[in-house]
Amino acid sequence: MTTPIDNAEAIRLRGQFPALNQEVRGKPLVYLDNAATSQKPQSVIDAISDYYCRYNANVHRGLHALSEMATAEYEGARAKARNFINASDDREIIFVRGTTDGINLVAGSYGAANVGPGDEIIISEMEHHSNIVPWQMICERTGAELKVVPFNDDGELLIDEYERMLGPRARLVAMAHTSNALGTINPVKTIVEMAHARNIPVLIDGAQAVPHGPVDMQELDCDFFTFSSHKVFGPTGMGVLYGKAEILEAMPPYQGGGDMIKSVTFEKTIYNDLPYKFEAGTPNIAGAIGLGAAIDYVESVGMGRIFDYEKGLLHYAHQALSSIERVRIIGEAREKAGVVSFLLDGIHAHDVGTILDTEGIAIRTGHHCAQPVMQRFGVAATARASLAFYNTRSDIDALVKGLDKVIEVFNP
Amino acid sequence: MSELSDLYQQAVLDHNNRPRNFGRLQNANGSAQGYNPLCGDMINVEVVMDGDTVRDVGFQGEGCAISKASASMMTELVKGLDRKATEELLETFHQSVTGEIDMDMMEAIDKLGKLAALSGVSEFPMRVKCATLPWHTLKAALVGEGEKVTTE
Repeated sequence: MTTPIDNAEAIRLRGQFPALNQEVRGKPLVYLDNAATSQKPQSVIDAISDYYCRYNANVHRGLHALSEMATAEYEGARAKARNFINASDDREIIFVRGTTDGINLVAGSYGAANVGPGDEIIISEMEHHSNIVPWQMICERTGAELKVVPFNDDGELLIDEYERMLGPRARLVAMAHTSNALGTINPVKTIVEMAHARNIPVLIDGAQAVPHGPVDMQELDCDFFTFSSHKVFGPTGMGVLYGKAEILEAMPPYQGGGDMIKSVTFEKTIYNDLPYKFEAGTPNIAGAIGLGAAIDYVESVGMGRIFDYEKGLLHYAHQALSSIERVRIIGEAREKAGVVSFLLDGIHAHDVGTILDTEGIAIRTGHHCAQPVMQRFGVAATARASLAFYNTRSDIDALVKGLDKVIEVFNP
Repeated sequence: MSELSDLYQQAVLDHNNRPRNFGRLQNANGSAQGYNPLCGDMINVEVVMDGDTVRDVGFQGEGCAISKASASMMTELVKGLDRKATEELLETFHQSVTGEIDMDMMEAIDKLGKLAALSGVSEFPMRVKCATLPWHTLKAALVGEGEKVTTE
């Protein structure tokens, strides 16, 4: 039995994040915009700085000591990422720029090669734009059709509708593990099983799931899984695309360039093995090393403990916000992580955001790059508070106090 | 707190709660749609032009208090102005919300009239587009029918 994270531990962990320890507009920062990006612990900042200060060199190229060290750390980060999501082989871990890049890679390579006129790609109504637009682009190029699984008023996917869409022309399913706008945790294991029963491969967008709990590729059995480093306390411009080795092997390269080849002549180029076939050019070495440090960090805290702690905090946040008469929470799925989207009756989300900002409280306001979700609820924008393990009940209390202030400004 | 009360002045809240010239115009001969892709806010501005003069103007749409108040005040101010005067007012307004005009310059405030109530926006750079979207939409509406503008 592991001990749960308590308030004292959350406060101690928060102390390891330099950016959280500051005043904003004369008030102590309350950072509740973790679904947009997370803050970075000192260990991640140090790992990146250490690379540039001590062993900055290109990877997979030089014979010299610095290059050897950089390559070892870069590939070490790949092994950490593989272990973190329980993939079976380092070759299945492709370093990309982030979730968006990972999805574009699969759409541009796998999609273009396996989808034709009249075929169907299945997504859901709660996807982030990054899991909509790349598929629309492939549909435009190939003449395929996009099918969209709707969700109910609580923000839960309609699995019956999904099942109906898994027809003979379906070539790929691409779904969010956790919704960035609603916080809904989708039944991804069931989604994968249902598609696999009809031999349809599945991509899972893990951007909002990976920072909040354990993920396991063996258990999930999806064909592709992608996440961003910057949402899991690592640097920006970095991410991971996992793919099953046999599928990645069969896919054409995404971009051409150095490092992704075995030999080049003007007559013929032989592509490199996995994962390098998909990593053209000098990669984001500092990014990979930073991500490796971030994985070390969250694993030292424990992803299971993080999940449990945030679940309790989310419950507290739901109750606290519901106690404000004018608040309407958008997204009340039974399985939720990390996110409370809400409206304040008669007050636009941007005004809520600006007034909270003057209180030192950072939330996101807008459409959260999920405009179809906003359209589903008939709103242009919501306010969204999103959590991490370094948040505490006192952050939620500050938010509630801030919202009282918003109401006061608008009803003097 | 003072910055906040500068932003949400009584006049702004009043125009937000009771926007003037809100709704469709019967006999509009110019219109434009303004869109802020960052927040999803949308505004429709319609004008009735009598030669070079703005005879009537109305707006509809969804927006924050700043954009709604700005649109509402704008409709009150531009009625009866010609194109040139409307565009000059837009320019002065733009300078005031981006902080290019020192608010102590009373001459500029005189010219802006009630719009001076929105000058607090200059302390909130992220909100400048909320205030200027209705104006850019109006400018497009003066050009013709069915124009589209965005803040980006």
